[in-house]
Amino acid sequence: MTDVTSSVIAARITATGGDVADYVALMKPRVMFLVVFTALVGLVAAPGTMHPVLAIAALICIAAGSGAAGALNMWYDADIDAKMARTAARPVPRGNVTPQEALTFGSVLGAFSVLCMGLMVNWLAAALLAGTIGFYVFVYTMWLKRWTPQNIVIGGAAGAVPPMIGWAAATGSVSFASFVLFLIIFVWTPPHFWALAILRTGDYARANVPMMPVVKGADETRRQILIYSIVLAPLGVVPAFIDLGGVLYAATSVILGVLFVYFAWQCYRERTGEKADRAAKQLFAYSVLYLFLLFAALLVEHGFGIGESLPALFWTA
Amino acid sequence: MDDADKERQRRQRTRSKAIGWLLFALVVLFFLVTMVRLGGNVVDRPL
Repeated sequence: MTDVTSSVIAARITATGGDVADYVALMKPRVMFLVVFTALVGLVAAPGTMHPVLAIAALICIAAGSGAAGALNMWYDADIDAKMARTAARPVPRGNVTPQEALTFGSVLGAFSVLCMGLMVNWLAAALLAGTIGFYVFVYTMWLKRWTPQNIVIGGAAGAVPPMIGWAAATGSVSFASFVLFLIIFVWTPPHFWALAILRTGDYARANVPMMPVVKGADETRRQILIYSIVLAPLGVVPAFIDLGGVLYAATSVILGVLFVYFAWQCYRERTGEKADRAAKQLFAYSVLYLFLLFAALLVEHGFGIGESLPALFWTA
Repeated sequence: MDDADKERQRRQRTRSKAIGWLLFALVVLFFLVTMVRLGGNVVDRPL
């Protein structure tokens, strides 16, 4: 088949819409997994019990809301995505899904997820879900991302809300404990994203996205990564002192926090050549593992009822 | 029917199947949630 023929076929296929896999990709499944996982932890860690069917319904709504936000982000950012190697193969810049289809898909999915959450679970969780989708799309994607190097710091709030949504779904309210879970993800986001941004500085510069390494340089980014990591390590231990996490969580969070600072220090120290790239890559990979294991510890404790809290241990000693 | 038409039809069929399964899953979910929400109240009615 000649190139001309293939391009004609591709154009005709595009006109008929993408494959199912393209719509799955629009929902950013890897981000969705972390969102649903942290929401599940908020839901399980919340006091009281929730019927499993309602819990599954809440998690499906959160997954759909996350997918909607991802699709709307890909609709708006198609011009930027096309210029960056990491995102050029996404369904909209590749031409498999038209921007109009992505916009419709995201809008309908988002509205449906919020409505279902309100009707099936409760309206506080629905309001938080709507606020999160709105914040991610209107504040982060449309405004902050192209305007300030603090984009992912402030925009990170959207990714940090899911445990609060899970908590609200289970209890009908939010609490200080759920806010601490929010804070942990909020402070975790900058070192996580900036480690990636250091590796993709050229990409972001080409797309005119004012990420921290593009605007302030890699060295300043490394300094800020280290500062956020030093704040994150003790913050990660806080749940153990407010009756949210137990002994297992306390031990896990201390070890994970120390390792996070170690990897951030490595990233701060190694500034040139292959070693610098490797250090940034290691920090990025470890940051994902950190959040997963930290929340997994909470999930195990609350899921299996083995979370004896530190204050309780001291009190009875 | 050329390759493009075949591919278009294949994609359309796959999308239709996915929407069908999704609707079926939603019906099941709504049914289960309704049952859970009603709970024992379903038998508490004037006879």
